Amino acid sequence: MTDAVVLLDDVNKTFGRGTVAQVQALRDINLSIGQNEFVSLIGPSGCGKSTLLRVIGDLLPASSGQVQVNGKEARQARLDRDYGMVFQAATLYDWRTVAKNVQLPLELMKYTKEKKEQRTQEMLELVELSDFASHYPWQLSGGMQQRVAIARALAFEPSILLMDEPFGALDEMTRERLNLELLDIWRKTKTTIVFVTHSITEAVFLSTRVIVMSARPGRITQDIPIDLPQPRGVDTRENVRFFELETQVREALRANKRQAQ
Amino acid sequence: MSERNQRIGAPVLILILVLLAWEGLVTGLKIEQFLLPKPTAILSNLVRVVRIDDADTSLLPDNEAATLLRASRLIVDLPAGVSPDLLLPLEEGRIATFRLGSKQVLIVRGNNLMPIVQASWYTLKEALGGLLLGVLAGVLVALITARWTATREALLPFAIAANSMPIIAFAPILNNWFGIDNPFSKMAIVAIMVFFPMMINTVRGLVSVPPRSLELMRSYAASEFSILVKARIPNALPYFFNGLKVAGALAMIGAIVGEYFGGPRIALGVFITQEAALFRFASAWAAILIACTMGIVLYLLILLAERLAMPWHSSYRTNDR
Ligand SMILES: Nc1ncnc2c1ncn2[C@@H]1O[C@H](COP(=O)(O)OP(=O)(O)OP(=O)(O)O)[C@@H](O)[C@H]1O
Ligand SMILES: [Mg+2]
Repeated sequence: MTDAVVLLDDVNKTFGRGTVAQVQALRDINLSIGQNEFVSLIGPSGCGKSTLLRVIGDLLPASSGQVQVNGKEARQARLDRDYGMVFQAATLYDWRTVAKNVQLPLELMKYTKEKKEQRTQEMLELVELSDFASHYPWQLSGGMQQRVAIARALAFEPSILLMDEPFGALDEMTRERLNLELLDIWRKTKTTIVFVTHSITEAVFLSTRVIVMSARPGRITQDIPIDLPQPRGVDTRENVRFFELETQVREALRANKRQAQ
Repeated sequence: MSERNQRIGAPVLILILVLLAWEGLVTGLKIEQFLLPKPTAILSNLVRVVRIDDADTSLLPDNEAATLLRASRLIVDLPAGVSPDLLLPLEEGRIATFRLGSKQVLIVRGNNLMPIVQASWYTLKEALGGLLLGVLAGVLVALITARWTATREALLPFAIAANSMPIIAFAPILNNWFGIDNPFSKMAIVAIMVFFPMMINTVRGLVSVPPRSLELMRSYAASEFSILVKARIPNALPYFFNGLKVAGALAMIGAIVGEYFGGPRIALGVFITQEAALFRFASAWAAILIACTMGIVLYLLILLAERLAMPWHSSYRTNDR
């Protein structure tokens, strides 16, 4: 695919120097993600999912291989603010209120005052935190903090969203609601989403593709297209195909585990 | 008792107990006044108007102590019949002697409050001036070294070494450089003393931003300047204020000890050394008391500024939210 939004070509990432301390986090990653795809990365803890997101976002240099985003070097894409990132940890600034945290990217991108406030309000409504706009992060629960981080990433409407277990700390109901909201945003804004999750159900429900990874070294072992009808909704979960795909992903993860033993 | 009342009440109670114990022990153990005056003696040195030593009060009729002058900061009550030309020497010094009957009477201009307040103000200005210079320089160098890693790596070991030196030992040299009566000689010593903790703390704050916070900024392609303003400086504020608390105490020490090595007569350190040399220990203690009070007030002001500057900070988190 030439019009790939994210294109990884033989990417390797090794941490540390010396033979003892070295960890190969990513090995021979080849991945092409097209416009408006919703790709989930799933795999055991420590298999390199966060590392892969960081390499795509040019927050970590690849040890070898090519990373292209929106047809440019990953670095250029970062400088052009092509993507928004939700980190595994909320990473809020202690000295900013909830609203100010959401505004951080808007400030950096020189939004006007009205636009800034309007976007912040919309985003806080989306994650149901309007009542906490003037609270400080330490006054929020872990899940609430994560929701602020989601609001912050969505606020400036990036063309690519890199999300690292964004809903990991949330209760089932909030998670399902935000899943639907995210799908809605994805459809409306034609964003491309790379999404890390530990939940097979979530991966299948949201994605157009599920990438299964295995650990040590982190590799892509399977690339499963999710051919469930769009738009997804409550009835998607009742679709027989949904269960088949769930089983397929589960099997793929299991196969990796057996191989490792 | 509510938590807040307890926080204020407990230290006050301890202070009162300490003062009572001090007073009681000095009285009970008959400790000489020149070794350790009683708190009441120290306080009365600040507020009492007249002291007549060796005076045979039986020579004076009751209520004969008359107020001759209550003006312009100097309040002197003299026994009746004492000639007012005593006021002149009293105006200049704090002591005058005259004969009353067969006795030699020593009048101390007992109200030491004004001279001590004047001296304190003078010394406070030196301390604050030096503090300001040292803090500005420390923060400036911190910003520069935080920006250029190479400079930091080169400078920081020296700063840490310098921070553990007794910089006050240079006081006589600086007195010599800038002139013993020039307040700048004390400001310079204060500024140098304050510089190192300010710089070291601020640098730590500027560079100890969690890597994840910086990663977030990088993901927005934020400029170095934005990172400095929006991440590094807010992160450095708690460190800055910790440095400032140390610096505030150092500033008072630097100014007063600097004056111990010499300075104008109106300076607190000079006042203390002179009074001690003349065995007027209650007076010296009173001045020390004022110096301590200034130090505490300065510290409280820094705490207040800290609170205003960082309303978010975890140390103000209440449990009852
Ligand atoms: N900065 C780093 N320095 C050294 N090693 C690292 C670093 N970051 C990650 N690693 C290593 O790389 C491997 C992959 O880590 P990564 O965080 O990508 O895993 P993950 O798949 O996101 O795991 P989880 O699901 O638990 O979040 C791990 O073995 C980890 O120890
Ligand atoms: Mg991870």
